[in-house]
Amino acid sequence: MSLSNSLPLLILLSSLLPGLAIFLLREESFRLRTALNLFGASVKLILVGVMIWGVFHEQVYETRWTLAPGLDLVLHADALSVLFVSLSTLLWLVTTVYAIGYLEDSPHRSRFFGFFSLCVTATVGLALAGNLFTFVVFYEFLTLATYPLVAHKGTPEAIRGARIYLAYTLAGGMALLIGAVWLRTLAGPLDFVQGGILGGMDHLDPWTLRWIFLLLIVGLGVKAALVPLHGWLPQAMVAPAPVSALLHAVAVVKAGAFGIVRVVYDVYGVEFAASLGVLALLGAAAAVTIIYGSVKALSQDNLKKRLAYSTVSQVSYIALGTAILGPLATVGGMVHLVHQGVMKITLFFAAGNYAEALGVHRVSEMDGVGRRMPGTTLAFTIGALGMIGIPPVAGFVSKWYLGLGAAESGAALWVLPVLVGSSLLNAAYFLPILYRAWFGQPPAKWPGGHTHAGRWEINQALLWPPLLTAGLALAAGLFAAAPYSPLEWARLIAEREYSL
Amino acid sequence: MNNLLALPVVLPLLGSLLALVWPRRADWAGLGASVAAFVAAGHIGAEVMRNATLELAVGGWAPGLGIALRADGLSASLLLMSTLVALAAGLYATTYFAEAQKRADFWPLWLLMITALHALLLSGDLFNIYVTLELLGLAAVALAALGGSRAALQAAVRYLTVGLLGSLAFLTGVGLIYAGYGTLDMVMLAGRVDAEPATWVALALMTAGLLIKSALFPMHFWLPSAHANAPAPVSAALSALVVKAAFYLVLRLWLDVFDVALSQASAGLLGLLGASAVIWGSWQAYRAERLKLLAAYSTVAQIGYLFLFIPVLLATEPGEARDLLFGALVLFALTHGFSKSAFFLGAGVILHRAGHDRIAELGGTSRALPVTTFVLALAGIALIGLPPSGTFLAKWQLMTSAIAAGQWLWIPVIAIGTLLAGAYVFRVLGHAFGPGEGVGPSLAWARAELPALLLALVATAVLGLGAAQVWTMVVPGSNAEGVSL
Repeated sequence: MSLSNSLPLLILLSSLLPGLAIFLLREESFRLRTALNLFGASVKLILVGVMIWGVFHEQVYETRWTLAPGLDLVLHADALSVLFVSLSTLLWLVTTVYAIGYLEDSPHRSRFFGFFSLCVTATVGLALAGNLFTFVVFYEFLTLATYPLVAHKGTPEAIRGARIYLAYTLAGGMALLIGAVWLRTLAGPLDFVQGGILGGMDHLDPWTLRWIFLLLIVGLGVKAALVPLHGWLPQAMVAPAPVSALLHAVAVVKAGAFGIVRVVYDVYGVEFAASLGVLALLGAAAAVTIIYGSVKALSQDNLKKRLAYSTVSQVSYIALGTAILGPLATVGGMVHLVHQGVMKITLFFAAGNYAEALGVHRVSEMDGVGRRMPGTTLAFTIGALGMIGIPPVAGFVSKWYLGLGAAESGAALWVLPVLVGSSLLNAAYFLPILYRAWFGQPPAKWPGGHTHAGRWEINQALLWPPLLTAGLALAAGLFAAAPYSPLEWARLIAEREYSL
Repeated sequence: MNNLLALPVVLPLLGSLLALVWPRRADWAGLGASVAAFVAAGHIGAEVMRNATLELAVGGWAPGLGIALRADGLSASLLLMSTLVALAAGLYATTYFAEAQKRADFWPLWLLMITALHALLLSGDLFNIYVTLELLGLAAVALAALGGSRAALQAAVRYLTVGLLGSLAFLTGVGLIYAGYGTLDMVMLAGRVDAEPATWVALALMTAGLLIKSALFPMHFWLPSAHANAPAPVSAALSALVVKAAFYLVLRLWLDVFDVALSQASAGLLGLLGASAVIWGSWQAYRAERLKLLAAYSTVAQIGYLFLFIPVLLATEPGEARDLLFGALVLFALTHGFSKSAFFLGAGVILHRAGHDRIAELGGTSRALPVTTFVLALAGIALIGLPPSGTFLAKWQLMTSAIAAGQWLWIPVIAIGTLLAGAYVFRVLGHAFGPGEGVGPSLAWARAELPALLLALVATAVLGLGAAQVWTMVVPGSNAEGVSL
């Protein structure tokens, strides 16, 4: 039992055990629950710090448990998993603080935080999964852990949203399962290996591999919200704000995108996938999704819905970066995994704050919110500018590398107009919000009605998380070249994937 | 040491007699016997893991003359499940039946049923198996009628008739075998059986009888009403254990005794019936209006999965691949046993608290009975076949073997069945999470809720994470790698 074979397990347990303990707490034990939450999140952060250092110095961390003969549950740390683990861990801590403030006095908090921790456990398990089987296990586990969170409010609307979510994700999980089983019968244990494993197996029929790729991508595309599998995402908006924040930034959509990255790079191998011709298909799906999501976002008046369609669009940048052959595009896709998470969680926190403090749910009600809530609106502005891709916010870096990658590969020049078009569309649906917020005339009475008396514009637990994540989004762009920055880490991954 | 084999039969029988002559202490006799049987089964399981097969010739008579008891990995694992489920359900029964008189009626029959079941699992001889099968059926019918309602009695009478028909067919087949081969000892038979018409007729008759008893589609018609109308602890045992007994015999006959006489076509037929059961049972469960009826139809579907394994098993070359699949089959049966009994006990808790089990009116259950809602969710995960339950691993292996054997037809069946199971489980959970008065005041009700929780945890966590042990037990000589921590 040394650190090298227990660290991945410990990272998993640091949210699983507090989560299970929280289920057993009484509703009133607020302090103990908060302590457990923050304790788990902090321990995880420290452990992940150790892991980052270790992986950078080429340490091997692997926990292996035999579930059935020939079927191992493997948790393994490589550069890619560390990227996703750090993102989830950091944002979990921030979201936990936010959720504690947001759910003050609301019922069923023990249940909420219990499932919240399980949800993070599943995400971290996905990130650390060392083979396709383990990935499938945690992929399904994530579905189960998020269902109660979406249904949390218990209103008919919430139950309906949760049911739609479940229908999509279970069906997607089934496609992924069949694809994974099929591939396993052909190619063995499917441990993730940088550079892929299928390229070296000449006996496999290319058409079979193409069909399997399609099954896997359909299964993963449901969570990644690739059009036309995205239908659940706008419906899942009924969830409480912290859940939406986590769902859109780290947990569910990212799990799908991350899975696509894994399948392309570490199962098929990006060069082999390109030679099969399946990357073109993936790229086309991603491009369609990017444009479609942006166009749909334009017409949404409901703020959270607009953000949801924006997620549909933005997450596909990751798939797009994966689908373009070449290290620069890889860097762009990978780094967007982090950047999109940080920016989108900021936007959802801010949207939650508007709803909570002012009762503002619609874009058309947002006139003058910047004067009433300057801190929140500042965070929102940074997030929105980043999404559009304006320097120096992080989103610019992602788009820059995607563009470079497309130019480098030559064959993917068609990506450039997609990037430009989507950026224009991003601007078209975000800038009017910013204009309204800062320059609009605030109404005499906010829709929520209740007046606010206090030193801060809103409870501090709700104010600091968006400001912090907005700061991170800014820092990730400003200090992109610093060591251990997301960009540098994405470069490390690209180097290892292409063995540069 | 092999005298151990008699204990899982003798102990419940003793308990049954004690409960009969001493009704006021029936609870103690019953629970004591259940615990003792569980401990004995645990020892047998450990022995089987070490020595592969245990055998006991009762009274020293050689097999063929006397009563031979045998335990291999298959029977030992089912025995272990049976004793644990019986213990948990029995514990729950002490709160389910509020009146002492009911409990005094319940325990002797219940323990008799357990006795018959254990004897069936350990018997090595077809005639003894017939006797135990008959005894099991009769005890089960009496228990199913214990609720006393008109619907329960009608269902029980139908259960009785169908059960007798099944036993009759089985007995006829056994007679033909005896006439043909002069022995009923299964090990001896396995060496002598030839592929000839008389054998086929006998096997067909025995199988038909067992299919009726295991409620394979379309012979499932008696099951939903019988299982849904029985008292909850009884429903749990009927669905988790009694149906499995008949399936266990099908496995024994088809894989161990008559494998030389079988064709792929006959196995394919069983598979097709299984596939129809998966689809039809899941669909009916989705449409069911009452929780217990849903659980009963879900059993019809899950039995279907078990029969899906048979054509794939027979198409897989004996050896490692087949052992893997066989272990998965046992894992599936075990997980279903635990999860379904947990589900029925949970349904019983709700039924008692709410006075009804209409799914559409379950709103608020998650607030009033959080533990039981959790039980339904955990058991539901195992019924759907999601990780970390044992069913997930079993389905994974079944799909792997089906693809390897080129039997692609079962893949969409499993996919559709799984999605339908998701639909029916989450339909219940959706209502339970919904708004509503709830089913009563929130009280810790440990003795009623904990047995179900225990069973659900075994199905979802223990059998999922510790599944490698099942293969160690079932497949002789396999020592799956343990933890590499």
